[in-house]
Amino acid sequence: MPNISRAEVAHLAKLARLAVTDEELDVFAGQLDQILDSVAKVGEVASEDVPPTSHAVPLTNVFREDVERPGLTQQQALAGAPSAEEGRFRVPRILGEEQ
Amino acid sequence: MTAVADLMDYAEVIERYDPVLGLEVHVELNTNTKMFCGCPNVFGGEPNTHVCPTCLGLPGALPVLNGKGVESAIRIGLALNCEIARWCRFARKNYFYPDMPKNFQTSQYDEPIAFDGYLDVTLDDGEVVRVEIERAHMEEDTGKSLHVGGATGRIHGADYSLLDYNRAGVPLIEIVTKPIVGTGERAPEVARAYVNTLRDLLRALDVSDVRMDQGSLRCDANVSLMARGATEFGTRTETKNVNSLRSVERAVRYEMTRQGAVLAGGGTVTQETRHFQESDGTTSAGRTKETAEDYRYFPEPDLVPIAPSREWVDELRKTMPEKPADRRKRIQTEWNLTPEELRDLFNSGAVDLVEATVAAGAKPGEARGWWVNFLAQEANSRDVELTTLPITPAQVARVTELVASGELTNKLAREVVKGVLAGEGEPDDVVETRGLKVVSDDSALLAAVDEALAAQPDVADKIRGGKVQAAGAIVGAVMKATKGQADAKRVRELIIERVGA
Amino acid sequence: MTELTRLTAAELAEKIHRREVSSVEVTQAHLDRIAQVDDLVHAFLHVDAEGALAAAKAVDEAPEPVSPLAGVPLALKDVLTTKGIPTTCGSRTLEGWIPPYDATVTRKLREAGVPILGKTNMDEFAMGSSTENSAFGPTHNPWDHARIPGGSGGGSSASVAAFEAPLAIGTDTGGSIRQPGAVTGTVGVKPTYGGVSRYGLVAFSSSLDQAGPCARTVLDAALLHEVVAGHDPMDSTSIDAPVPPVVAAAREGLRGDLAGVKVGVVTEFSGEGYQGGVLRSFEGAVAQLRELGAEVVEVSCPSFVYALPAYYLIAPSECSSNLARFDAMRYGLRVADDGEHSAEEVMSLTREAGFGPEVKRRIMLGTYALSSGYYDAYYGSAQKVRTLITRDFDTAFEKVDVLVSPTTPTTAFKIGERVDDPMAMYLSDICSIPANLAGNAAMSVPSGLSDEDGLPVGLQIMAPALADDRLYRVGAAYELARGDILGRLPELKGALA
Ligand SMILES: [Mg+2]
Ligand SMILES: [Zn+2]
Repeated sequence: MPNISRAEVAHLAKLARLAVTDEELDVFAGQLDQILDSVAKVGEVASEDVPPTSHAVPLTNVFREDVERPGLTQQQALAGAPSAEEGRFRVPRILGEEQ
Repeated sequence: MTAVADLMDYAEVIERYDPVLGLEVHVELNTNTKMFCGCPNVFGGEPNTHVCPTCLGLPGALPVLNGKGVESAIRIGLALNCEIARWCRFARKNYFYPDMPKNFQTSQYDEPIAFDGYLDVTLDDGEVVRVEIERAHMEEDTGKSLHVGGATGRIHGADYSLLDYNRAGVPLIEIVTKPIVGTGERAPEVARAYVNTLRDLLRALDVSDVRMDQGSLRCDANVSLMARGATEFGTRTETKNVNSLRSVERAVRYEMTRQGAVLAGGGTVTQETRHFQESDGTTSAGRTKETAEDYRYFPEPDLVPIAPSREWVDELRKTMPEKPADRRKRIQTEWNLTPEELRDLFNSGAVDLVEATVAAGAKPGEARGWWVNFLAQEANSRDVELTTLPITPAQVARVTELVASGELTNKLAREVVKGVLAGEGEPDDVVETRGLKVVSDDSALLAAVDEALAAQPDVADKIRGGKVQAAGAIVGAVMKATKGQADAKRVRELIIERVGA
Repeated sequence: MTELTRLTAAELAEKIHRREVSSVEVTQAHLDRIAQVDDLVHAFLHVDAEGALAAAKAVDEAPEPVSPLAGVPLALKDVLTTKGIPTTCGSRTLEGWIPPYDATVTRKLREAGVPILGKTNMDEFAMGSSTENSAFGPTHNPWDHARIPGGSGGGSSASVAAFEAPLAIGTDTGGSIRQPGAVTGTVGVKPTYGGVSRYGLVAFSSSLDQAGPCARTVLDAALLHEVVAGHDPMDSTSIDAPVPPVVAAAREGLRGDLAGVKVGVVTEFSGEGYQGGVLRSFEGAVAQLRELGAEVVEVSCPSFVYALPAYYLIAPSECSSNLARFDAMRYGLRVADDGEHSAEEVMSLTREAGFGPEVKRRIMLGTYALSSGYYDAYYGSAQKVRTLITRDFDTAFEKVDVLVSPTTPTTAFKIGERVDDPMAMYLSDICSIPANLAGNAAMSVPSGLSDEDGLPVGLQIMAPALADDRLYRVGAAYELARGDILGRLPELKGALA
């Protein structure tokens, strides 16, 4: 059974890009623990021989023709941007590396 | 920025270690539209003009898979002798990065469309190395960021960044090799030859522009060393975005000598990404494994599985180009090339161009001469790829035709080609506008001949006296007078005719 | 209150078609009702009077009605994009965002001449069962203002219950159309997954989300269903098949005869946690179905008890990925952009500031369930449960035409009662979730008022995928036999001011 620590919650918050407060860490640690404890029940019936279902529709091979469709203008694309410059989205300096 | 790394002498590296390579190549497909939306798939363009709700990752927008992208992926898989999955899915690779609009990359994870193949790679001396292919899978490209302020466009020290998503969602095929072992001192050469062969193959498939300079073909090189006789691989580094054939070779070689020094000094190689510096051929440390993301892959719920029918796969199998090794053999025989000539031809990256030029009517030797020598130098001096020179095989073939018919001398032919490269139009246009036609009008030539003979009466006498070889001096004078545009053979005939010898 | 807002959508459509009343009059009547009562109900986040009246005018000026619902106004859940009209999903993150494109559902509504009155309140990003998670304040249940209207689509159902709109569109990921329908005494339908396009539906859990109709009658829901359903090449999971004949099925049901219809009562959905009033209402409904001529049998679906835990792994997992795009780079809220903070920091600070506690909780839960080392035990196992639930449905539908259960174990609870107890809140959807996991069609139709508290109770009807018409036949027949409920809605305080 899970026993999720504060440190683990902090790690999750980092992965999820949430600058959670110390107070939230405590609240979430308790709640996630409780929820995970309860949902772990799925393990009871998820045996080897049961295939997983990822999609609720039995569809395959849904393809699009390789034909252009009208998209957005630069103005439309940038209309909702918090900041823009020279036709581009302006964002604070990026520290991380590309993957 | 970083201290100069200790390097081990290359010979010593080989003596003590076996290099192990792994190559990951990303290829942008040349489909009309992006992988999951109908935006145009073209290089460049005004920023954020080839975008829509889907590739901008707007709330609510959904992907729909480009069938042509799947077709190209299967054809690449087949050309690499891969198995084609009977059923596979896309997955989401989750990580945050500003150039990725959804903050996940729609990619394939444990169910690639093509897997378990190989590519035979011929080295310069004709030795064939079989490179095993792990997988080829479909994914999408990211947008591009421009770093402003700080140190000249570099990400570090920038004040802020500007994002353009025109490239976001462009179809990519990632081709991953299995570990390449046992290549010893030839490892850097093998790496280069693999990328080169792959590039030729993709070009022949017509699935990509394969422009390393524009990023439509990008290579990441994994390198590790294992002590001679060891059975387990050493820790590897992954050098990212090595963007020319030469760089692939240099990066592998550099990493071998760097890792050799680390290991010999009793240290351990850090598992990390490294960045290649074109300027000095070195690599520098990037992200380490410890800080690597947990990508939390899971099947993409917005796209349904792909189950290529065997009929479709068989149809596509019929579209396969000639295998690279077979092609080498055929070309060598058909064009009667020495092993050295064959090597130079393939290394020049001009095979397709030469073939197309021959197909347009040129003789193989002449076509080869133009592309491998003159035009390769032109490309080199302009620092562009041969394929991007603004001249077509048909134009080169036309130039060789003009030479063969005597309308151009070889020297004039080079002028014509330069004119075409300068954007002056078709070869015939350049001949016309630059006035480069061989002077074959006898009356114009005769005037020049008479003038030369009059200027050197003593020489004229000698010729008249039977010393025909003395005509050379007059020929030279005429050629000089006509700025080289006369046909020397005809000039000689006219001189002899004139003196009545 | 004007008479027009009391009419059904079918009646309004008829009158507009016969030109007895104009769409502008009908639309204005609803806008007036909104102005009168929405301070109390708070069903709307944004009212687009101008746009709605313009659309109504266009219908009035058209020579022929463009659809069977032409001119009948509607309230749209704020999770579907509307070009030129704000779309917030009940979140601060998207406050002020105006989409540059219409969702397919929105487009179809516009093309059908349906004036869009405005955007309705919802739990933030459709995560919740009470509409208390809206960043813009809760919606109140028209039956009792101190109680929740259900969620996440509380605004849509409440607007219909409060006569602010004859029709509304909701979205249902784990019950977000049916559960609000049940607790507000209205009809709510989750169509077969893939039946209605998700293009432009801001994703919570992509493999579960489905938009569908909210209405006061089964026939009205059917009319709306046919307007918004159908194949859409912009949604890869959209089913390329004819829309089930739901309007014809509703009319068939209204003949009051269910002879030959086999109804299965799901035995797993009763017992502890179910209010007596809810169970008695359900028993009454089952008896009524029998009287209508249906053959009723008990059916066991043993895996259904694993539906809730599977749902609370799958939905958060998908949401953790779907909501990653709200990162302050391209649209929406951005905080701490002061030249000091990096892009990464601005992302984290904005997401922290822009998302409410339930959204954060689910993002974290999903991040955990997908992370390496936990995937198999959590997400992977949940996907297997999904298979088992589908098998249970398949087995059941070999024996019966439809399955029935209560829609939700309790009537509307008090605002504030469960906000700090996520597990208690999650139990609201225990009966509705299986249909989402398997992708089949399901409806909630009011089964009267609870004899305990006088609040509405819902009867859930479930049908196989692509057999949505069965819901409408059974639902309409039952509704006719049951009699009117909304006539008993207490007059909203201040409504006649
Ligand atoms: Mg990749
Ligand atoms: Zn696009």
